[in-house]
Amino acid sequence: MSWETIFGQLGWDSLVFTGAIKHPSASEFVAFGAGSIVVLGAVAVVVLLTVMRWWGPLWRDWLTSVDHKKIGIMYIVIALVMFLRALIEAGVMRSQQLAAYDSAGYLSADHFGQLFTTHGTIMIFFVAMPFITGLMNYVMPLQIGARDVSFPLLNAISLMLTAAGAGLIMVSLVVGEFSTGGWSGYPPFTGIEFSPGEGVDYWIWSVTLASIGSTLTGLNFAVTLYKKRCPGMDMFRMPLFCWTTLCTSILMIFAMAPLTVATIMLALDRYAGFHFFTNGDGGNMMNFANLFWLFGHPEVYILLLPALGVWSEVVSTFVGKRIYGYTSLVYATMCIAVLSFGVWLHHFFTMGQSANVNAIFGIATMIIGIPTGVKVYDWILTMFRGRIRITTPMLFHINFLLTFVLGGMTGILLANPTVDFQVHNSLFLIAHFHNMIIPGVLFGMFAAVQYWFPKAFGFRLHEGWGKAAFWSLAPGFLLAFFPLYWLGMNGAPRRTVMWADPAFYPWLALAMLGAVLLLVGTVFLLVQIGVSIRQRRQLAVPLGDPWDGRSLEWSIPSPPPAWNFAVVPQVDGRDAFTEAKKNGQAYRSPAAYSDIEMPCNSMVAPLIGIFTFTLSFALVWHIWWLVVVSFIVVWGVVIARSFVAQTNEIIPASRIEAEHEAFLAAARATPGVTRDLEMSPQNRGKAAPDRLGQPGQKRPDDVLESAI
Amino acid sequence: MKGIITWALVVSALSLPTLAQAALPAETQVYSAGFIDAAGPVAAAQFEHFQTIISLMLIVVVPIFILVPWVLWRYRRGGRGAYRPDWDFNWGNEAVLWGVPIVLIIILSSALWAHTHKYDPYRPLGNDPLDIEVVSLDWKFLFIYPQQGIATLDYLALEQDRPIRLKLTSGTVMQSFMIPQLAGQIYTMAGMTTQLNLLADQEGEYLGRNTQYNGDGFATQSFRTAVMPKSQFDNWVIHTQKNTQTLDLATYEALLKPSIEHVPRYYGTVDAGLFNRVLARFTAGHAHADSTPAEVSQIREHHHPQNNPKGAEQ
Ligand code: HEM
Ligand SMILES: [Cu+2]
Repeated sequence: MSWETIFGQLGWDSLVFTGAIKHPSASEFVAFGAGSIVVLGAVAVVVLLTVMRWWGPLWRDWLTSVDHKKIGIMYIVIALVMFLRALIEAGVMRSQQLAAYDSAGYLSADHFGQLFTTHGTIMIFFVAMPFITGLMNYVMPLQIGARDVSFPLLNAISLMLTAAGAGLIMVSLVVGEFSTGGWSGYPPFTGIEFSPGEGVDYWIWSVTLASIGSTLTGLNFAVTLYKKRCPGMDMFRMPLFCWTTLCTSILMIFAMAPLTVATIMLALDRYAGFHFFTNGDGGNMMNFANLFWLFGHPEVYILLLPALGVWSEVVSTFVGKRIYGYTSLVYATMCIAVLSFGVWLHHFFTMGQSANVNAIFGIATMIIGIPTGVKVYDWILTMFRGRIRITTPMLFHINFLLTFVLGGMTGILLANPTVDFQVHNSLFLIAHFHNMIIPGVLFGMFAAVQYWFPKAFGFRLHEGWGKAAFWSLAPGFLLAFFPLYWLGMNGAPRRTVMWADPAFYPWLALAMLGAVLLLVGTVFLLVQIGVSIRQRRQLAVPLGDPWDGRSLEWSIPSPPPAWNFAVVPQVDGRDAFTEAKKNGQAYRSPAAYSDIEMPCNSMVAPLIGIFTFTLSFALVWHIWWLVVVSFIVVWGVVIARSFVAQTNEIIPASRIEAEHEAFLAAARATPGVTRDLEMSPQNRGKAAPDRLGQPGQKRPDDVLESAI
Repeated sequence: MKGIITWALVVSALSLPTLAQAALPAETQVYSAGFIDAAGPVAAAQFEHFQTIISLMLIVVVPIFILVPWVLWRYRRGGRGAYRPDWDFNWGNEAVLWGVPIVLIIILSSALWAHTHKYDPYRPLGNDPLDIEVVSLDWKFLFIYPQQGIATLDYLALEQDRPIRLKLTSGTVMQSFMIPQLAGQIYTMAGMTTQLNLLADQEGEYLGRNTQYNGDGFATQSFRTAVMPKSQFDNWVIHTQKNTQTLDLATYEALLKPSIEHVPRYYGTVDAGLFNRVLARFTAGHAHADSTPAEVSQIREHHHPQNNPKGAEQ
């Protein structure tokens, strides 16, 4: 058997390390370093798991688990690991541009191309997507009083598909090269004629895996929200985060498909000599642009909407007040979701279509600004007449309000074809979308972690380090991206490995400084987690309600039991837990307990993950026997699963009763803390009614204000 | 991680001295500049529109920068504002919240509509335009002056105050052609044509470039655009026509090879119909490099009616 039959196009030269030895250069050394970090990191993890004897627990408690909470946490772990990589890549790009004034800098053009492609692809598909998916996984079932999602195993499979995609992108650091076609992968540049190597194939398959995973997630969550709400939880009583989850899920169902179709068509062009998007022979790349952005624009709202849901939860909790304009916010969210399907063409106003078409899509784009603007004012009005506590999540929220409107303003600018003709493909655009994504989505997820971490792990995160991280991240963002607006207006295109205009220098230096602050802030967040783990006793909030929360997830212990709710709750309004606390219904023993049926662990999902990984790796390197074997195994596992009769286990009522009564007893025995002591060790997760706002506390201006 | 940070800090610190050095003027270089420094009516209008939108948007942006600090101060824990934990709706507010943005977007939309049509890149900017055919290559631009029978590589000479009509295509991957100080960008795609009309009313040299990533030579794929008065332009044409180099199919084939060019090239003669032959290379099965231009445009219209929305003028 020849080498090719066994290893396909894989060769010793594919290893990143060979490049550095054969053609030593700064660029190759950077690649060498990155490859080494991946290899050493993987070795370290394996050693750690072996030494600590964690393989068993990892397999039993995590990888085979179908518990939505654990799946959520694993998604977020993937997001954080991938974030570190993509963030370092951003720093490398920034420093290359700083070094490349009128010279070549230290990276080769090809290496720089791979960097912006992996940075963009990872940030979107393997940071932002797993982050929001993990969060929705963790929080949404708890908020609607459910014990799990509708299809727990499918949920685990979605996770493993995402993990396989992330693994593929990590492997590309060590074996072979990645695409240089950008996160949008436009042919014909990414076609076989112009990008013959394995790079684009890595991009195609990692994105395809993530995209299929997200489609399944969307279906799963939408069904869960329709079918699994607890008694009394009408749609219009759901917390806003659930509404945004619903809208995002619907977007995922409809928007991921065009992406999958586009990447598969591109794959057919590359592997099988089709001509969907080639130059000539009937191919037309404009179809790819349409398909990609038919996904791409809804995608930005897939990312943004859950973050907007987080902001709604954070603001009403830390203001201690009902959210202003709930119905308005719901309709605004729905409007955004529906409209987001009708604007994709604004990503290529410059493709030569008629002014009528451009104008219509431009106006459609601006219309999305209306519900978005309404939301911002709704949050401000929620703070109005509240009692604002400036905690770390609130700091992120305030920063969001102020920076998001600026990003919105530049978005309206870009919606104008006349202006877009000038700033399309420029650093102005880069600044715009980072302006939406970083303070909006990324910081939204950071705020969500600060907010829900105590729920997931039973202890709060250290507040001081959280604030330190904020004060590094927020200015870091401003410095890193506001200069790019200016550079873009002065004709600086995106994706340039070098440049020649001396006037750009100070702005790029500021952007570098901003990137450094963003890195520092991220390190602070990691330190925060470390410090909090060490101080977990002082920070413990086992009673589950550290922030005087308003929705159902705060009514159960922290961390919650596998079955979430000992007895399925019954609600009769919005802010169910706040109402229960007010009426003295909280922490009451239920009338009776009954057995609970929960899904068993299953090795189906990790097996599918492993073999879709080998499938896609084999496709990248044309190792056909492995393609066939992996494909058969994946579907074999699916078929085998249908013969498993015992998929659920029964948890006896006695055990649930014992655990839950112990929790209730502890809760009743513990005096609650007021919000003044929220950040003190006295906060064990039980909230006392806040003395502010009690009757008899009226001040003179109250009279005046009630007249408004 | 720590290493990277330290190293990044060192890099930022080192950048300061270089800054002074970088500020020295370099005489011969044309630097990129944006529509802020417009040198023609189209770019100027684009920048004006940019400013109009910003001023209109301030109607919703400014209140936020006032309201947020005020609310934060007044309703902070321990602040003086009244606490109304159950207050969550008011029809008056609602009307303003939805009403103001709706009115604003209606105004912005009408401005958008008017501007998009008025500055449509396909819209002619006057009579007697100077026609130039643009072929984007890896990593350079070819300019053909059909009326003058000359061509250039990476150098675009324009006559001041005369409408310019560019017809663009690509000999390779998709690119985006732009001279920011004169007009916006437009994509170039193989087998299809796009158009860009522009006008330069200030004499001078401006940077033009490709803005769509197309590989290793992308960063430096730019060209000098020289805007000169009529007499000077005519002289330049005559001078270029004297050039002995010919742009024919063989020369074009050689140019198709990806390369980074540092010096412009000038061709005194051009094969007639070369632009259409470039287009024809991508028309499936039918026409090949040797078809006549008439055949070619027929075939193209048949196969890609959508590619040439303003095809009527052909
Ligand atoms: C946190 C700090 C971040 C920094 C310093 C950063 C920096 C950069 C830089 C320097 C570029 C290349 C710009 C160019 O083309 O010249 C870039 C591109 C990009 N970034 Fe980021 N970024 C950050 C976070 C993010 C996040 C959170 C996301 C999305 C979730 C993101 C998504 C993208 C995308 C999609 C591109 C375009 C890639 C392409 O050209 O195909 N970035 N970023
Ligand atoms: Cu969009």
